[in-house]
Amino acid sequence: MEARKSVLKLTLITFGMFGFGFALVPIYDIFCDITGLNGKVTGPTITSYDEELLTREVKITFVTSNNKRMPWSFKSSSPQMRVETGQDYLMDFTFTNTTNKPMIAQAVPSVSPGRGAKYFHKTECFCFEQQFLEAGESITIPVKFIIDPELPNDISSLALGYTLFDVTEEFANLQANK
Amino acid sequence: MSAVIDSHHDDHHHGPAKGISRWLYTTNHKDIGSMYLWFSLIMLFIGGAMAMVIRAELFEPGSQIVSPEFYNQMVTNHGLIMVFGVIMPAFVGFANWMIPMQIGAPDMALPRLNNLSFWILPVAFGILLSTFFMEGGAPNFGWTFYAPLSTEYAPPTVTFFIFSVHIMGASSIMGSINVITTILNMRAPGMTLMKMPLFVWSWFITAYLLIAVMPVLAGAVTMMLMDIHAGTSFFKAGGGGDPVLFQHIFWFFGHPEVYIMILPAFGIVSHIIETFSRKPIFGYSSMVYAIASIALLSFVVWAHHMFTVGMPIAGELFFMYSTMLIAIPTGVKVFNWLSTMFKGSLTFETPMLFAIAFVALFTIGGLSGIMLAIAPADFQYHDTYFVVAHFHYVLVPGALFSLLAGAYYWIPKWTGKMYDETLGKVHFWMSFLSVNLTFFPMHFVGLAGMPRRIPDYAMQFADWNMMVSVGAFLFGISQLLFLFIVLKCIYNGKEATNEVWEGAKNKGFEWTVDSPAPYHTFSSPPSLESLKTSS
Repeated sequence: MEARKSVLKLTLITFGMFGFGFALVPIYDIFCDITGLNGKVTGPTITSYDEELLTREVKITFVTSNNKRMPWSFKSSSPQMRVETGQDYLMDFTFTNTTNKPMIAQAVPSVSPGRGAKYFHKTECFCFEQQFLEAGESITIPVKFIIDPELPNDISSLALGYTLFDVTEEFANLQANK
Repeated sequence: MSAVIDSHHDDHHHGPAKGISRWLYTTNHKDIGSMYLWFSLIMLFIGGAMAMVIRAELFEPGSQIVSPEFYNQMVTNHGLIMVFGVIMPAFVGFANWMIPMQIGAPDMALPRLNNLSFWILPVAFGILLSTFFMEGGAPNFGWTFYAPLSTEYAPPTVTFFIFSVHIMGASSIMGSINVITTILNMRAPGMTLMKMPLFVWSWFITAYLLIAVMPVLAGAVTMMLMDIHAGTSFFKAGGGGDPVLFQHIFWFFGHPEVYIMILPAFGIVSHIIETFSRKPIFGYSSMVYAIASIALLSFVVWAHHMFTVGMPIAGELFFMYSTMLIAIPTGVKVFNWLSTMFKGSLTFETPMLFAIAFVALFTIGGLSGIMLAIAPADFQYHDTYFVVAHFHYVLVPGALFSLLAGAYYWIPKWTGKMYDETLGKVHFWMSFLSVNLTFFPMHFVGLAGMPRRIPDYAMQFADWNMMVSVGAFLFGISQLLFLFIVLKCIYNGKEATNEVWEGAKNKGFEWTVDSPAPYHTFSSPPSLESLKTSS
């Protein structure tokens, strides 16, 4: 009879959907696994990338400036350079103590735009330490850096700025102890 | 099955049995329909009383009358009762009464199953309400019962809650199987699917939704049960499970569920508007396709309830756009109702007033739904009173108004008596004004940042909340008036004619039978021709 058939079909759908509810558990896990959504920590956390595809050119501008009453001369060897992401680069910076007494200085970096800062990796930088120069002495130190290939696509140029501070007084004891 | 249907002829049993056994053992669709309707009306007052406690607590800032723990129990059970105990059983009651009469069938296809699916409902709600008297108190985790609130941090009574949800689900599923089987197999000769009344169509689709998602809900609560008692870790992050999975499963059920609560309303309102406009419904087939598209879309929009769980942008965009797509079929329905009224010879009896209010106020709820669908904006609205305002607009002046409209519209056919039209209009205007006073200011406090589900709030929300509470108390009193009107109609109403409404001529088989509808109708199927020529 027709009604019996309908009831049978509808009952089957009911049990099927009950099963589907449970099937959602593995489906959910598999879906998240394939798409990498949801942030469940299961797979490797470091992802490799295809350098060929992801490497691109970025313009880097170097800006140097002195904090107030800092008389030193402080220059980068070139104001700009074009770099590939994911590669190592060097840029020389020259410090000259233009006064007639020994001084200690420290350079403090900043990267703009701020969003790009975490993709600007400085692997070697004078900003980590103080510079001690005798009167009239001059020194050239390189900064070594890599631009992360993960740099968002809308950022095509970055500026690395250094401000040079006179820290002679703060580090005078340190110098005396040397 | 046939033995059951034919039994009416065999035993020559023309009237109902007497006493309590009539109601306990009845397989008559009209008796069962009435029981569903009375059950949901009683639950409306229980759930409504909980709403009154909530609004009394929120009348002023600070702790007023109940403890925060009890407040949480009130919020949770108000939601559960209104959704599963009022709106859904009421629509099933309408389905029982009207579907066989509208398709010209003598009864539902599975009358004994029908009896069972009603009688397990009071059991389910008895279990749920009994948890108030148990140690640990009633469920307090919100009607959405998110894990781990409802598993690791739940009161011990959660097990009773789970069992109760299982029973409610079983009741809905059996009811739906019955509805679909009736509609597929028992239509009057010549009534093709595209000639069915819209209420029948809306229930046909709703029943499929119920069959598709109630088992998923049963699965979700079963997983909770296993997490609590069997040591599994479906939703426990510590054991390799994921609490967000609970939300995905719940809303996979939950979103179709909200359409389950509104699609039959579309059907009822369509009949009322065409009757009191004295015109056939505008765009019948587009109405059918609109209901079907809303139902299909409801399966692919669920995560718009959980934009803030940390979904990837692609997911947010998908669920945002698919949700907005639903505005199209819904808009088709609203414009079809307006077009039906356009140039009709309108009269404004109580059912029509409720139906027009439904169209206007449901649309407000729909529009705030569009606002909530905008993923970036939802981060502001999520879990605020704006959400509370949205879903109460679609459920109270939406679903509940359609139920009241339908009750006024068909009660003369059910009882054979007319209700008091003046009192009906008083009831309408009191409900209309107070429902807006209750729920409209919730938009404002929500946009200003008042969170939902809290027993206390910051001072700047005090004025609006007091207004909301006053509106809620008025709305509560208005529904007591409805109870009075129903009782007055049954015991003291004027005799109704068979056609009842002037505009109901040729509008369906239910208007061709006597008022009150005889205990057994359509022992032999009516013909569609009789409907056309009876004018």
